[in-house]
Amino acid sequence: MATNEYVVRTKDLSKEFQLGGEVLRALKSVHLDIRRGEYISIMGPSGSGKSTLFNMIGGLDKPTSGTVFINDVDMAQLDAQELAYLRCRTIGYIFQSFNLIPVMTALENVTLPTVFAGTPTDDGIERGIELLNTVGLGERLHHKPNELSGGQQQRVAIARALANSPSIVLADEPTGNLDLKTGKEIIELLKKLNKEQNVTIISATHDLKMLDVSDRVLWIRDGGIERVEERADLDIKVGELEGE
Amino acid sequence: MSDHKKLGRQVHLPFRKSVEIAMNNIRLRLGRSTVTAFGILLGIAFLASVLVQGAVNAGIKTDMTPDAIKQQYYRQVWLVTLALLMSTIGITNSMLMSVTERFKEIGTMKCLGALDSFVVRMFILEGMFMGVLASAAGAIVGGGIMLLSAGWSLGWSSVRNVSMGQIGLILLVCLGVGTFLTFLATIAPAIRAARMPPAAALRAEI
Repeated sequence: MATNEYVVRTKDLSKEFQLGGEVLRALKSVHLDIRRGEYISIMGPSGSGKSTLFNMIGGLDKPTSGTVFINDVDMAQLDAQELAYLRCRTIGYIFQSFNLIPVMTALENVTLPTVFAGTPTDDGIERGIELLNTVGLGERLHHKPNELSGGQQQRVAIARALANSPSIVLADEPTGNLDLKTGKEIIELLKKLNKEQNVTIISATHDLKMLDVSDRVLWIRDGGIERVEERADLDIKVGELEGE
Repeated sequence: MSDHKKLGRQVHLPFRKSVEIAMNNIRLRLGRSTVTAFGILLGIAFLASVLVQGAVNAGIKTDMTPDAIKQQYYRQVWLVTLALLMSTIGITNSMLMSVTERFKEIGTMKCLGALDSFVVRMFILEGMFMGVLASAAGAIVGGGIMLLSAGWSLGWSSVRNVSMGQIGLILLVCLGVGTFLTFLATIAPAIRAARMPPAAALRAEI
């Protein structure tokens, strides 16, 4: 049973960068288990290593030592093809700067992962339209990214992340480039998808609005996990914040 | 879960789709694409004009000594080489630029499941479209102008001596040389782009 419970596990995960002549230890042997269907926020100031952790979990960069397991598969053992397959089907990515492909329309952006996955064109388009409807952009299928607002672009990015029904959605500062209200809408959308589609959401952020919807919050400092807070602890915290 | 324990290996990018993306990218950067294409066009036009001139000259009697002919021949080879070298450097430069400004896009594509080879293919296709079109145009422009000017100055009979077969061969050589040089100029930037780890590509600030 234990095999299927955790969608992401890291063991002794470390990452070092060479900066000039010095070695910067961005992550220091991080142990982390993330359960299927969880909404996790990785909080921490910039430079704390949360983006590095995000990149390791997403298979976007290789750790210096330690391992990352996604669905019990050791990512270090994968060749380029398998890694591409994993990024394509198992993980959906959302970025602070949206990162839509500028030459493609909203619908084309959303269907691109289905193209890579080998889905027949018509099915991919159908899926794309369905997803864009889900994120509330059913009217803007054929707009290019530069014809959409920041919030709308992020919605397209969320739809794209879900295109191949991944088991994990990784969001790196998804509200970082958005105003308060739009950021809140995006967080609510993520939470809704988390609940309805049971997709695990891992979000690196320093947006405190995220606390409210998270099942667990991981506080990162200086490349290590400082503390982990469960939902129950959070309720009190948020209550305090609102009371102030 | 089908992806549990054992991962599949299948990621695809249909050829039609990569052609579409490459065309879109050319269209989006039409200004720069035109300048790049002009570089190739001019280089190939020069090559074509020299080849046509050679074909015309072969048909008429000359009072030049064999040594002088040889010398002229080498000078022309040198000039053509220089012209082609310049246009190759031009294409490489513009492809490098085009790759650099798209690091983020490349990183994103790889996050969505693109293989390195998809990225290389897209850039090569983009380069090849420009290469083939510009080479063809260059061959026609350069060869055509040389034929006209030869006809004008040496008389139209000299031009009539050049057979259609020769012209066809020259066009083919120009197209081949142009396409090959574009390919050479594109491959290095394309591979450089594709090999970047996605995290580094996404982090890139330009």
